[in-house]
Amino acid sequence: MAKITMREAISQALMEEMDRDPAVFIMGEEVGLWGGTYAVTKGFYDKYGPDRVKDTPIAENAIIGGAIGAAMVGQRPIAELMTINFAFSAMDYIINQAPKLHYMFGGQFRVPMVIRAVGGGGRQLGATHSQTPDAIFAHFPGLKVVSPGTPEDAKGLLKSAIRSDDPILFIEHATMYQVRGDVPDEEYLIPIGKSKVQREGKDVTIVTYCKGLELSMKAADELANDGIEAEIVDLRTLRPLDMEPVLESFKKTNRAIVVEEGWKSYGVGSEIVSRIYEEAFDYVDAPIIRVAQKEVPLPYNRTLEQAALPQVPDIVAAVKEVLK
Amino acid sequence: MKKEQLLDLYHQMVLIRRVEERGAELYQAGKIGGFMHLYIGQEAVSTGLIAAREPRDRVITAYRDHGVAINCGIPADQVMAELLGKATGMSKGKGGSMHMASVEKNMWGGHAIVGGHLPIAAGLALGDQYAKNDNVTICMFGDGATNIGYFHEALNLAKTWGLRVLWVCENNVYGMGTSVERASAVSEIRQKAEGYAMKNSRVEGMDVLKVYEAAKEAIEYVRTESQPYLFEVTTYRYRGHSMGDPERYRKQEEVKKWQESDPIGIFRKHLTEKKTATAKALDEIDASVEEEVNKAVEFAESSPEPAMEDLFTDIYTE
Repeated sequence: MAKITMREAISQALMEEMDRDPAVFIMGEEVGLWGGTYAVTKGFYDKYGPDRVKDTPIAENAIIGGAIGAAMVGQRPIAELMTINFAFSAMDYIINQAPKLHYMFGGQFRVPMVIRAVGGGGRQLGATHSQTPDAIFAHFPGLKVVSPGTPEDAKGLLKSAIRSDDPILFIEHATMYQVRGDVPDEEYLIPIGKSKVQREGKDVTIVTYCKGLELSMKAADELANDGIEAEIVDLRTLRPLDMEPVLESFKKTNRAIVVEEGWKSYGVGSEIVSRIYEEAFDYVDAPIIRVAQKEVPLPYNRTLEQAALPQVPDIVAAVKEVLK
Repeated sequence: MKKEQLLDLYHQMVLIRRVEERGAELYQAGKIGGFMHLYIGQEAVSTGLIAAREPRDRVITAYRDHGVAINCGIPADQVMAELLGKATGMSKGKGGSMHMASVEKNMWGGHAIVGGHLPIAAGLALGDQYAKNDNVTICMFGDGATNIGYFHEALNLAKTWGLRVLWVCENNVYGMGTSVERASAVSEIRQKAEGYAMKNSRVEGMDVLKVYEAAKEAIEYVRTESQPYLFEVTTYRYRGHSMGDPERYRKQEEVKKWQESDPIGIFRKHLTEKKTATAKALDEIDASVEEEVNKAVEFAESSPEPAMEDLFTDIYTE
């Protein structure tokens, strides 16, 4: 085991897969000469050259549409969106083309493409650059949506994503590139579509993913000081959604909260809560609470922005509420 | 072009027209659902164009795709079956009129979002460039698609990266019911290539041989120069935009005028005048097409519906 950052984990996954399979290449804004706006692809341009690390125009439709076409004829492009907020400029490709092509043409086409996109708030970038719109993308059958919360998961899931023949949106969080964690020394893959218990506990279930995992782990430490043992289930993949570990945990604790950074309305939490009520209603001992972003466009001002984003004390309070 | 090839082109054009005429009847009878856009009047464009490609050259088009599918070599049986939503259609009944495709025939769809397939076409060419082959991607679209952002992003990328795409604009005068003059800053679509320093030309599209000759040259340029090319073909659709078109935007005299230069009539005249074939020989082809279409309809009507479990197949590959 080595302790590495999220940035290093993602970078290693990309490099290992590029070394393994010549069909894998990267395209996006500033991925090459610049080295990636979040420095994930630093050094790649020198190592692999401009054919495999392609700097694109600032043209999201060309980036994602182009990647889809290249994938259809057998390449394995990794298209990078500088931020997930720019995904809206290429929405037709992400939700209306890539997820439909296999099904709509009777299985004739395959789109082995990964879209890497950086999301999340907390960096004072204002309302248009700070969103966590993951739930929107998870709405569409045919797309796989992955969003890891640890370096180990990020590396193993990204490698699986690159090897998959389906289009995958891989969502990273802008404030988590320095998060450190243990990663196996030997090569490994983590299957897409499997939730994971990241911390065991018997009193309450916290269902979360990505940034929510980081916050929930801190909250669980605080709760432990008060004698409350929280079990944390990390979704890791939003579609296809693996409810098994969630339901298993809930049937043990009978109480749950859901933590996500996106807005509460029509969000990931709404889906999880519905599924628990539909599939484990007899086990419900208390109303399930959603901890999520306040229903406002994120403001620039740091104090206001932090007030809008879910925080550790919000999670602690929600857990105590469901345990009342 | 040899006699057999010329007669084959004639056969393809008549086949497209009869398949669509029967399709229109089946639509009126309620056997075909959804949107259906007929190619009638424009047959010379894709027939001449696709005759000029090598089999390794890829074709991708918009939703007015039945003719293109036939020109690419997809049997009329499968086209008709897809129109009827049957399991034997090339998209297994899940795509319908607007989503004909065949990887085997290098026909990459049938795409229903106006302009949406242009960046994908650039991507097909990108995949070939990455594989270091010299395949050409032939991307067809209407005049209406040149006013949307996708067109400009795709042309810019293709020129910047030297992608082998032959961009083919079928200028049929109207984007749905809005004429080119009312929707586009320039009436000659080829002018839009100038802003991307892209080679371009405009050819009259009711004569299949003119289209063929010009397309041959354009494809050759794209292949050898490793550069995209915007090829505008002027044409006209005789039927409405789709089956439910009130046609308030044009006068019947205008349609009649274009029908005087019917692409099948022009080609028929050419073949008989050049003594490539007698009128009787062409009548025989017409009759054989009639038979072929009857069989296709029979095949489609007697084909099974998709199985209920197919509702959930092919969402993902694994």
